[in-house]
Amino acid sequence: MSSISAIAIPIQRTSLFSNGVRRGLVASLVLLFAVVPFLPDFYVTLLGKIMCFAICALAMDLIWGYTGILSLGHGLFFALGGYAMGMYLMRQIGRDGVYKQDLPDFMVFLDWKELPWQWTGSEHFFWAMILVVAAPGLLAFVFGYFAFRSRIKGVYFSIITQAMTFAAMLLFFRNETGFGGNNGFTDFKRILDIPIATPSMRIALCVITGLVLIGFYLIARYIVQSKYGRVLQAIRDAESRVLFTGYNTLWYKLSIWTISAMMCGVAGALYVPQVGIINPGEMSPAASIEIAIWAAVGGRATLIGPILGAFFVNGAKSWFTVAFPEFWLYFLGALFIAVTLFLPQGIVGLIRKLANKRGQS
Amino acid sequence: MTPELLEAGALRREAYEAKRNADESISQSGGQSASFARVVQPNVVDMSAGGILYVDEITVSFDGFRALNKLSLDIRVGELRCIIGPNGAGKTTMMDVITGKTKPDSGKAFFGSNIDLLRLRESEIAERGIGRKFQKPTVFEQLSVFENLELAAKTDRRVRRTMFAKLRPSELDQLHATLTLIHLEKDSARIAGNLSHGQKQWLEIGMLLMQNPKLLLLDEPVAGMTDEETERTAELFLSLEGKHSLVVVEHDMKFIGELLNGGQREKKKVVTVLHEGSVLAEGSLADVQSNERVIEVYLGR
Amino acid sequence: MPVSLSCTGIARLLSNILVIILFSVIAQYNWALSADAVKAITTGENDDRIAALTKAMTSPDESLTRLIDALLDDAVKIADGRAFIVRDGKAIDAVSGIEVPLPSNAEDIINNNRVRGELDAAKAALSLLSTDRNVRAKAIIELKDAADEARLPLIDRAIAKESDAELKAKLQQLRAAMLVASTDKSKRLDAIAALASSGEPSVKSLLQERLQPSAESDPEVRAALVGAIKTIDGKLVWGERLGVIFSGASLGSILLLVALGLAITYGLMGVINMAHGELMMIGAYTTYFVQNLFRQYLPDAFDFYILAAIPVAFAVAALVGAALERTVIRWLYGRPLETLLATWGISLMLIQLVRSTFGAQNVPVENPSWLSGGVAVMANLTLPYNRIAIIGFAFFVLLLVYLLINKTRLGLFVRGVTQNRTMASCMGVNTARIDTYAFALGAGIAGLAGCALSQVGNVGPDLGQSYIVDSFMVVVLGGVGQLAGTVYAALGLGVLNKFLEGWTGAVLAKIFVLVFIVIFIQRRPQGIFALKGRSAEA
Repeated sequence: MSSISAIAIPIQRTSLFSNGVRRGLVASLVLLFAVVPFLPDFYVTLLGKIMCFAICALAMDLIWGYTGILSLGHGLFFALGGYAMGMYLMRQIGRDGVYKQDLPDFMVFLDWKELPWQWTGSEHFFWAMILVVAAPGLLAFVFGYFAFRSRIKGVYFSIITQAMTFAAMLLFFRNETGFGGNNGFTDFKRILDIPIATPSMRIALCVITGLVLIGFYLIARYIVQSKYGRVLQAIRDAESRVLFTGYNTLWYKLSIWTISAMMCGVAGALYVPQVGIINPGEMSPAASIEIAIWAAVGGRATLIGPILGAFFVNGAKSWFTVAFPEFWLYFLGALFIAVTLFLPQGIVGLIRKLANKRGQS
Repeated sequence: MTPELLEAGALRREAYEAKRNADESISQSGGQSASFARVVQPNVVDMSAGGILYVDEITVSFDGFRALNKLSLDIRVGELRCIIGPNGAGKTTMMDVITGKTKPDSGKAFFGSNIDLLRLRESEIAERGIGRKFQKPTVFEQLSVFENLELAAKTDRRVRRTMFAKLRPSELDQLHATLTLIHLEKDSARIAGNLSHGQKQWLEIGMLLMQNPKLLLLDEPVAGMTDEETERTAELFLSLEGKHSLVVVEHDMKFIGELLNGGQREKKKVVTVLHEGSVLAEGSLADVQSNERVIEVYLGR
Repeated sequence: MPVSLSCTGIARLLSNILVIILFSVIAQYNWALSADAVKAITTGENDDRIAALTKAMTSPDESLTRLIDALLDDAVKIADGRAFIVRDGKAIDAVSGIEVPLPSNAEDIINNNRVRGELDAAKAALSLLSTDRNVRAKAIIELKDAADEARLPLIDRAIAKESDAELKAKLQQLRAAMLVASTDKSKRLDAIAALASSGEPSVKSLLQERLQPSAESDPEVRAALVGAIKTIDGKLVWGERLGVIFSGASLGSILLLVALGLAITYGLMGVINMAHGELMMIGAYTTYFVQNLFRQYLPDAFDFYILAAIPVAFAVAALVGAALERTVIRWLYGRPLETLLATWGISLMLIQLVRSTFGAQNVPVENPSWLSGGVAVMANLTLPYNRIAIIGFAFFVLLLVYLLINKTRLGLFVRGVTQNRTMASCMGVNTARIDTYAFALGAGIAGLAGCALSQVGNVGPDLGQSYIVDSFMVVVLGGVGQLAGTVYAALGLGVLNKFLEGWTGAVLAKIFVLVFIVIFIQRRPQGIFALKGRSAEA
C-alpha cells in the first residue's frame, strides 16, 4: 500500500460524441432534412408516429433497462402529454367545428355552457407546452414518491403502475372528466394558427419529432454515462448495496422515473397532431406493455436498441395490419415470448453476438 | 478566575491523566483524547466517550418468532469484535437493525454517543459512517471493478451532484490505493460479474473501504474463499484494526482464531457468542471456548 | 273441465258425465250473474263495460269467473246480445252455463289493452277467494299494482275469509293501498298508518305518488304521507344494505375464484401469469362448448350440462396451463418481469386464437333452469340462484385447494419445492414435474372461475382482460403465498367495490378502489398478511 500504484488504471469513458454517434447523427440529420420531404404522405406520418414511439421506448429503457424498474404505466404519461397537446389543438379549432361554437364540439354536445377548470389557459401554446411535461411529470413524481418511499419494487411496482393507467383510462372514459369521454379529441384544424392537414405541416412535424428524438437520445446518453447513470445501474444490480453505500435510492429512482415520464409526455404531444386523434385507448394496459416490448425487442440497457425495437415492431405492425390483420396478434404474442426466451439482449445483443463470432473466427 | 481555582483545576487534570494512564481501557478512544468541553456536531459521530456502538436490549420479532431477544452489545472505538453463534442466532438480524434495514420492536441502538440509529434510514446510517458487507457478496455485477469502487467513494451523494460529478484526483488516488489493497489492480476494467467468488468478496470489502466508514460490519466475509484468500483477508482486517472499528460475524473458527491471535492487542480482544437472539457469552476466545453453556449450544456440537 | 269421450273405461266416462251434470246443476243453482250484467260486460263502450265488470265484481260467483277466463282467452262470441263461451268447438251460454248451439251470426268480442288489464285485475281479485294458498298469494301480488277503491268489498270479503295470518296481513295492506285514494280523509289517514308498517318499494312509490300536489292537497294527510315514507325508507334501507353486501359477496366470490388460481401460480410459485384471465376465458368457452354438445345430443339432460362442464373446464384449462408451463414458463423461473412479458404474449395469442375460432362476438351461455330465478328474501331483496351458487362454488373450490395444498402429498411437494427447490430435489422430489402440476392446478382453477363466470356474465374473447387487473390487486393486497390473505382480500375488495358503487357509480368506485389499494400498499407493502423475516426476502 506504500507506493500508490504506478500501474495506470484505464478509465474507459466514451465521450458523449463518439465516432459512431457522430456518424449516426449526421446520417439521421441527412435523412430528416433531405429524404423526409420527398417521402409520400403516408410514410411521413408513419415515420413521425414511429419516432414518437421510439421516444417512449427510449424513456422506457432509462427506467427499465438502466434502473431495472419495469413500468406498465408509461402509456398513461404518453397519453397525458397527448391530451395536453390535444386540448390546445381543440381550442385552435375555434368556431370551425360542427356546431360552429366557441366551445369544443363535445362540450356543446354535452350541453356544457363554459369550459371546465381543467381547460384554463388551454388556448395558449406555451401553456400547452408546460402541461405536456408538467402533467405527466407531476403525476409520476407523486405516484413514484409514494411507491418508492414504501419500497414497492419489482413486479409489485409493475402491477401497481398497470392499475394506475387502468384507473386513469376509466376516468378518461367518463364524459364528466371533461376530456371528451371515449371519443377523446379529434378533427384538429390548426396548430399555431397554421392548417394542420397539409403535406408541409406533416413534414415539419415529422422533422421536429426526429430532432426531439435525437435530442432525447443525446440527453439519455449523457445520463447513462454520468455517475448518476452508473448509480442507476447499480440500483438495478444491487439496490441494497447502493443503500448501504449511502445513496438514498428514493431520489435516484424518483428522478429518473419522472424524467422518463416527461419524455413520454413529449412523445405523446408530438404524436397527437400527426395522427390527429387522442382517446383513452392510449391508456389501456395493453398500450403500455407494448412500449416495454419495443425496448425489449431492441435490447435493454442499450440506447440505440429501444429505438430500433420501436421501428421494428411498429413497422411490422403497419405491414401486418394491412397484409394479414388476423395474424398480427399472433406475431406480437410470439415476439413477446421469443424475446424473453431467446433474445434477452434484443436485436442489439444479437448483432453484438454475431459480430463477436465473426471477430473471433 | 482566581489562581487557586486554576491550581485546583490543574490538579484535577493531573489526577485524571494519572487515572487514565492507569486504566488502559479508557485510552482506547480511537486516538481522540477526552476533553472537558467539546462541540457536538450534528450528524458527525461523537466517539469521545470511547464507544462507537451501543446496542441496548433490542428485541425483534417476526410473526411471534423472536429473532433478537433483548440483545445488548457495546463496541469500543478501534475494536475488532468477533461474533459467533449457530444458525438462527440472530447475527444477520442484528446487522439489519444496526444498519437501519429492520426496525426493532423495542430497545435502543446508538452510533457513538449521539446518533440514534433507530431514527435513520439505511442511506443516512451509511453516510454517518457505518459500512456493511453482506453475507452473499453483493457488488454491481454489470459495472466494472473500477466503477464499483468509484460509486462507493465518499462524496456528495445527492442526485444533482452525481448528475454532473467528475472524478477528482484525490478520489482517483484513493481508488488506486484500494485496488492495490484488495489485489484487483489488474482487474480494474473487468466487469464485476465475471470475478470469482473470493474476488467479489474482496471487491465488496474494497467498496466498504472507499466509503471510509468508522465502523465496519462484516457478515461472513470469508465464506467461499480459498485458504490463501482467507489468510490475506485476516491480514487485511488486522491492518484495519485501530483505524476502524470492526464487527466480524463468522462461522470459520480458524479465521476467528487468526483474527484474535494476530495484531497488536491480542489479549484485549473479545468474542461474543450469540444464541437465540441474545448474548450467551462474551470474553476472550479461551474463556468462551471453555464456557460450558457455549460448548453445549455451539462448540460442543 | 275437458270432456273426452275417446277415453277408454266405463267408470271414467261415467265419472266425467257425473261431474258435468253436477257442475251444471251448481252453475244453474248458483247463478247470480244476470243476463243484463253479462250483456253489459260483453257489449258496448269500453268504459261502460268496465263499469259493469266492476259492479259485477261486488258479488262474484262461478259464472263470472268463467266469463272472465273466457274473455281473457278470447273465447267469447256475441249474437243478438247474448254471450256464448266457445271452447273446443262447443258453445255454452255465458249466463246459464248450459251448452247451446252457437248462432250462425256470432261475432268475436274485441278487448283492448285497457279492458284486458281490468279483466286481469278482476281475475286476480277473484283468485283471492281461491282455496289454493299459492293462488291467493299470487293474486295479492298481482293486485298490488292495480289497487282501486272499487274492489274494496271484494278485498273485505277475502279478509273475512282468509285464515292464513301472513296473507291476511298482506290483504290488509292491500286494502290500505286502495283506501289511500279514498275521498274520506279519515279513511286516508288510517290507510297511510296501515301502509307505513309495510317495507316494500311498491308501497313507497304508491305513497310518493300520492304526495303529488294534484293527488293530495290536505296538509295533515301530506304530513302523514311524508312520515310514512320515512318509516318505510327505514325498513327498505336494510334490504338495500343487505343487497349491497350480497352483490359485494358475489363479486368477491368471483374475485376469489380468479385469485385462488393466482394464489397458486403467483403466490406459491412466484409466476406472474398475465394469461390467467385467458385461461379463465378458455374455461368459459369450454362451458359454452359443453352446453352446445348437450343441446345437440342430450337435450333432455340440458339442465345438468353445467355439472359436466365444471370438470371439463378444469381439465381443458389445466392442460393448456401444463402446456404453457412446459414450453415457456419453465425457462423463466426466477425472472418475474420476463415471465410477465412472456405470459402477456401468450395471452395475446390465446385471445386471437379464440377470436379466429369462435368469432369476436360474445357467445350465449344459458343458465340451467335450476340456476335461473332467485329467492326473495325481503321485499326489495331478491338473491339470484346463480350468484348464490357461485358463492357456494367459490368456497367449495377454496376448501378443495386448502385441502390439496395442506393435506395431500402433492401439496406437500408443492410447498416443499416452492420453499427450497434444491433441498426438495435432493430429497428425491421431481421438481420439474411438481412445477408443471402446480401450474396446471392454478390454470385449472382459472378454468373453473371461467366456468362460473359464464353463468353470470358475457362470454367473449376479452373476458379475461376485464378481470386480470382486479385479480392481481387481490393477490397483491392479500400478500404473496397466503391463501387466507387472498380470501379476505377478495371478499373485502368485492364488498368495498359494490359499496362504493352504490355511492359514487361504477367507474369512480373502481378508481377509488385502485387508489385505496395503492395507498394500502404504502402502509403494508407485503399485503395484509405479510411474511416477515428471512422468507420475505426471497
